[in-house]
Amino acid sequence: MVSFLLNGKPRKVDVAPDTPLLWVLRDSLHLTGTKFGCGIAQCGACTVHLDGQPVRSCSTPVSAAAGKKVTTIEGVGATSAGKAVQAAWIQHDVPQCGYCQSGQIMSASALVAKNRAPSDADIDAAMSGNVCRCGTYNQIREAIKDAAANVKGA
Amino acid sequence: MGVKPVNTSRREFLKTSAMAGGGLIIGFTLPGTSRLAQAAGKEAQMNAYLRIAPNNAITVVCGLSEMGQGVHTAIPMLIAEELDADWSRVRVEQGGVDKAFVNPIFGIQATGGSTAVRGHWDPMRKAGAAARAMLIAAAAESWKADAADCRTERGMVIHKSGKKLSYGQLAEKAAKLVPPKDVKLKDPAQFSLLGKSGTKRLDTAAKSTGKAKYGLDVYLPGMLTAVIAYPPVPGGKAVSVNDAKAKAVPGVRQVVQIPAGVAVLADGYWAAKLGRDALEIQWDHGANASLSSEGISKMLSAGAAAGGAVGRNEGDFKAAKPAKKIEAEYEAPYLSHSCMEPLNCTAWVKKDGVEIWAGTQSQGPAQGILSQVAGVQPGQVKINTMYLGGGFGRRFAPDPVIGATVLSKITGKPVKLVYSREDDTRGYFYRPASVTRMTGGLDTSGSAMLFTANVASPSIMEASHFMKLPPDGVDEFGVEGIRDCPYDIPNLHIEYSRQEPGNLQVWFWRSVGHSQNSFFLESFIDELAHAAGKDPFEFRRSLLGKQPRYKGVLELAAEKADWGKPLPAGVHRGIAVVFSFGSWCAEVAEVSVGPDGAPKVHRVVAAVDCGMTVNPDIVKRQVESAVVYGLTAALYGKITFKDGRVEQSNFHDYRMLRMNEMPKVEVYIVPSREAPGGMGEPGTPPIAPAVANAIFAATGKRIRKLPLLG
Repeated sequence: MVSFLLNGKPRKVDVAPDTPLLWVLRDSLHLTGTKFGCGIAQCGACTVHLDGQPVRSCSTPVSAAAGKKVTTIEGVGATSAGKAVQAAWIQHDVPQCGYCQSGQIMSASALVAKNRAPSDADIDAAMSGNVCRCGTYNQIREAIKDAAANVKGA
Repeated sequence: MGVKPVNTSRREFLKTSAMAGGGLIIGFTLPGTSRLAQAAGKEAQMNAYLRIAPNNAITVVCGLSEMGQGVHTAIPMLIAEELDADWSRVRVEQGGVDKAFVNPIFGIQATGGSTAVRGHWDPMRKAGAAARAMLIAAAAESWKADAADCRTERGMVIHKSGKKLSYGQLAEKAAKLVPPKDVKLKDPAQFSLLGKSGTKRLDTAAKSTGKAKYGLDVYLPGMLTAVIAYPPVPGGKAVSVNDAKAKAVPGVRQVVQIPAGVAVLADGYWAAKLGRDALEIQWDHGANASLSSEGISKMLSAGAAAGGAVGRNEGDFKAAKPAKKIEAEYEAPYLSHSCMEPLNCTAWVKKDGVEIWAGTQSQGPAQGILSQVAGVQPGQVKINTMYLGGGFGRRFAPDPVIGATVLSKITGKPVKLVYSREDDTRGYFYRPASVTRMTGGLDTSGSAMLFTANVASPSIMEASHFMKLPPDGVDEFGVEGIRDCPYDIPNLHIEYSRQEPGNLQVWFWRSVGHSQNSFFLESFIDELAHAAGKDPFEFRRSLLGKQPRYKGVLELAAEKADWGKPLPAGVHRGIAVVFSFGSWCAEVAEVSVGPDGAPKVHRVVAAVDCGMTVNPDIVKRQVESAVVYGLTAALYGKITFKDGRVEQSNFHDYRMLRMNEMPKVEVYIVPSREAPGGMGEPGTPPIAPAVANAIFAATGKRIRKLPLLG
């Protein structure tokens, strides 16, 4: 049994501790916003926050989440950075197929939460682990800059 | 906004009738629809594509698959324009399988080939216009007025006296009227939505909040998740299977052998994957055990040298005596589509039929195939189309839907078949490899007077199983982009040599034959320009005198890219122009080459002539997307074989373009009143040659084999 705080609510799951967090979220909890892309931390589609830090849930055993705060795309809008990033995504009409965008938004939210004026180099560093096959990178870049400027609160 | 499948029982309420002039099939309401409307919350069904609720909410039902190309916005816009709908009240819903959703270009329900807007430009506008006429008629009847005295605006019918009724107030009455046989469509000058910038996509909010549902997001009660151990060599077969260790993995329920391989079915993906890893299988690798990329290249090269069926012949290529002649052999590799969402399908075979949930591009073909797989009538196959996490042609193929259906039939349970990324990369249905040998000749003034090309590649037509190689022996996808060479060259000769190394399953890949042939042609034309001592833009331009739309995009791209003007030190330009899928696209790439020989693409300027547009913002995004798709392949893309096995597996060895490599992209659209062209694919073909030509400008090194970082 592994316990963690998922999007602000305590959850307990009865799974093998080495099960990747991704499959616990998806197959055990049916929280499908977090996506499976590669399974080896190469594409970022599965990005979630563990105590506010972006991690690749496909390569994070659920045991690593024990006692920690797990935030997914379904919950990130409750943070000021996540809310601003999602609003910017909608404003810029970023998604095409959309499959990678949960992961993009989670990586972008983590960046914007700590950097209110990210440079292009900052964005490259934070976002180059997230693959978008539709090529929405330029829109993502613009949306991140807008979101960073619009984050409310400290 | 979610995508809700249409209740198939509605099919019975839809009468389909062919309207004159273009094979349009449109569904109309029948008596009894009012009962349906009550059940559906009093929405009135105006036709197969449109429902209007009393609160003025408008639902457009789209039978085409949304894979990022924006069709779930474009189709509603076409209807809303002619309906004079209030766009802020329009939502979209995914349609099921129905005759009403037959793609007029394919003659079957499917999404691909950049056909959505081309095929539905008139039919969807007519559906909107017909509904508008019915709403006006209902208003006129209510007012005992003449319909000619009524107009429409933003979801209202307005009488000349100033009286108004909303579409929501009129819909129930209007839906009972006989639809007009013919309707007048707007003159494009009257458009308020079509061709105008600023209309946002209808799927953005769902895709920015994790709410959008893709095939992988389907969970059914009692569902098993399956992964398959596929033969490591194409054409191989399992000769013995020891599944004891697999069955000992907690959560694994069943191991079954099917034609595709050995399937492990479990309570979830992770258990299924661990179970598969624990299988002990002896394979018979079959005829491809020693298949290698070196052998494939040799076979294709020999085919290109020998030539084959004649695809086009003008003038006399044998008699032509150029003052200067150049020859070159070009090669392009197999490519995987690598959609972000790994391939998958959920199927449930029941006594009375089959139901599947899949991000598929081909509902019509799937319905026919699955009826055979499950032994039911086509009408008993229900297809729930989910959002597609990328398509690019790969989701036109039936392998995941067949696999899931076979496994559900065997187990009697709902089964979600999931491809791991490795399965997806190694799942064949590749863009075919090709070797093409070309000759070009110049006269004494440096004008092109000879062009020949011998293309050697596998046949997609034969591989598709729904087409056949035509009697002339020329695969249209094998030669498209080179047979249609637009340059005014008097002696021109194209041959196609079908070669099937390993009998590998090849398939349609974003822009299909143009993806390699445009690289060949547009690079070789650059070689000819260089041989003639001419500027590559001016050389092309001089040969496009009879091709105004080619010339138009070429000149626009060159102008916007400041062709001929100085660039920062080390940055060089390359240009290419291609017609594909009904649209013309020219691209200029600005590239520098590092000391290690690696190219960096800084900026791409694209000019596109796609006739009239539905949503120019989406057109621009599609071109940008197509550039990234083509650039990724040009830089990194190759599927290679060694000892019969695919050498690539995942994104670490089948690389994707990433944020830090993304060039600036500018897209310019030629204003036009011509019929719409396709837009999902035409941006892809020009990028590889534009970049390769820029590399030549930078280094003097001609790239004749892809990928660039090969």
